[in-house]
Amino acid sequence: MTLVLHRIDDRLIHGQVVVGWAQPLDVRFIVLVDDEVATSEWEQELYRMGVPPNMDVYFLTVAKAIDELPRYRADVRHGILLTGDIGTMRQLVDAGGISSINLGGIHHRAGRTQRLRYVFLNDQEESALRDLATRGVAVSAQDVPGARPIPLDDLLHGVAS
Amino acid sequence: MSDGSTSGPRAIVAGHGDFAQGLVSAVDVITGRGAQLIPVAVPGLCAEDIEKLIRSRMQESGVKVIFTDLQAGSCTMAARRILRGVDDAVLIAGVNLPTLLDFVFAEQMPAVDAARHSAERGRIAITVVGAPAGVKQA
Repeated sequence: MTLVLHRIDDRLIHGQVVVGWAQPLDVRFIVLVDDEVATSEWEQELYRMGVPPNMDVYFLTVAKAIDELPRYRADVRHGILLTGDIGTMRQLVDAGGISSINLGGIHHRAGRTQRLRYVFLNDQEESALRDLATRGVAVSAQDVPGARPIPLDDLLHGVAS
Repeated sequence: MSDGSTSGPRAIVAGHGDFAQGLVSAVDVITGRGAQLIPVAVPGLCAEDIEKLIRSRMQESGVKVIFTDLQAGSCTMAARRILRGVDDAVLIAGVNLPTLLDFVFAEQMPAVDAARHSAERGRIAITVVGAPAGVKQA
């Protein structure tokens, strides 16, 4: 079918992704784009153990993902594209083919301001998201399918809270 | 929380939302032995901070057993990172109430052995009562 969700989530593969989203969307594969994980067998094994046996996980560097995403978009199964940070997703958007982004979990770190229970952003990250929106990408925050999606404008202007 | 046992904390329970607090509360209501378990909630934390939190709870208490709720959950991922290369501790993922009830009563066993034993008890404690599979629903 195609990639049905493009998600930024610093926990990468976890309960909300594997159960919360994957079950209702009938997701059969996850494309996890992260330069560090893509070069660590141990990390990959850790994440593989978290998914059910009928779900594949593909670990790609950003460079490889840019080359291979068209192939995953043409897959007959439903898939999720997952990155752990905004910068990585932005590089994939630059390569084309992504029209919407789900902010699923960007948690507290020094320098970040809380925008939602599960979204904290610093100034650079806010700018990056604004830039994506300016370029026509629909950016919204939604941790689980049953929650209301919160558009970027509402998120940044405090309307969401 | 009352303490019906003679020992201090023997395990951490970690999971989504109030899962850990709820399970530990239930154990205490049933047995009075909830003090053997340290509930850990991780709202709003990134993976790195979850790992730091569970690690610090282990170091403070000296426990060698971690119970988590979901195989794919962030707490399980963090616990697996913590236990990497550690051969005297154990992680039990997919914990339920029967597992913990068995664990808190197995005080005569080393905590790691008690955890393994309780996992087996928890696994077989799930029963299905009612209509057999394949029966048409009205």
